[in-house]
Amino acid sequence: MRLYAKLEGQNPSGSIKDRIAKAMLDAAEASGELQPGRRLLEPTSGNTGIALALAARLRGYPLTCVLPANVTSERRRLLELYGAEIVESPGAEGSNGAVRLAIELAERDPSFFMPFQYANDANPRAHYEGTGAEIAAALDRVDVLVAGVGTGGTLMGAGERLRESFPDVLVAAAEPLPGDEVMGLRSLDDGYVPPILDVSKLDRKLLVPNTEAVSGLRLLLEREGVFGGVSSGAVVHAALRLADELDDGVIVCVLADGGWKYLSADFWDATDVDTAMGRSVWW
Amino acid sequence: MAAVRIPPTLRAEVGGQRELEAHGSTVGEVIDDLVERFPPLGSQLLEDGQLAPFVNVYVGGEDVRTRDGLQTPVADGDQLILLPAMAGGS
Repeated sequence: MRLYAKLEGQNPSGSIKDRIAKAMLDAAEASGELQPGRRLLEPTSGNTGIALALAARLRGYPLTCVLPANVTSERRRLLELYGAEIVESPGAEGSNGAVRLAIELAERDPSFFMPFQYANDANPRAHYEGTGAEIAAALDRVDVLVAGVGTGGTLMGAGERLRESFPDVLVAAAEPLPGDEVMGLRSLDDGYVPPILDVSKLDRKLLVPNTEAVSGLRLLLEREGVFGGVSSGAVVHAALRLADELDDGVIVCVLADGGWKYLSADFWDATDVDTAMGRSVWW
Repeated sequence: MAAVRIPPTLRAEVGGQRELEAHGSTVGEVIDDLVERFPPLGSQLLEDGQLAPFVNVYVGGEDVRTRDGLQTPVADGDQLILLPAMAGGS
């Protein structure tokens, strides 16, 4: 078995979201939806907001990010440093709350342009043309692609591109198991499935508890010297689980960000990782 | 018997319990068992005989939509986790 890791934390603002931030703004400018002086608005648990904040800053667009109240301080600080305005959504509602509030704000004020990564085709397209194409160019064989599922963009876009080069590739999602504290929805109808995510195009979808994600994160750091974020640890955990099912093969893990934005978190020394992490949104 | 973890959103329907035991050799049978005992769960978990769109069900930590859906086998001692669909990391 060979495991490869694509280190997306090396991107300009520190995560894979730099790809979709640029792609969504490029597409909106090309279509005329986004013109000079228009304000941007986006729901985010951090990385997309940060990536958009960088791109928006360079292009001259004011940006407002709707962010769950319980994300790490590094995410908030980076947004502020890039000049984004932050509107908090209830931490207990997780990213669903940020989506809900952003949609409300956008409907109330049409001067906002919301790229809306959850439903924007530029998101998976960026991964088709970028992430997936780069993997296909780099490797002669890919049996499994593992990535975290958030919006679904990486899996949909890179998965589609890899299937063109490697028709039998297994496209596998690693998904966070949220703590009770961030599932405070009024009803299941408050749930949210990103429009760009087509679960029928996934071969596997594995739930990864926080404890296992942190174990994966430590493994990456201690064995490979790779400092990944929480979702990277989850992806590695899922990859190793799938590796156990195969006799041989090539598994590509997409590691969405580095560990830098999690340094303030208290799970590093926690004896009960699930309790330490249960109150927050991590990826 | 399988152990079924209930998300906070549905605990009011099952007397506040976080985890329940249920009978069934498939996910569908387990859900039917739960609904028979707690009828308000029916409209939450199922829609037109299929899994409702905003609920995810996992067996052995894997989403049954990528296995055999409601026909996904459930063995004695398996854990099922019910979760609301959540907008993911972004």
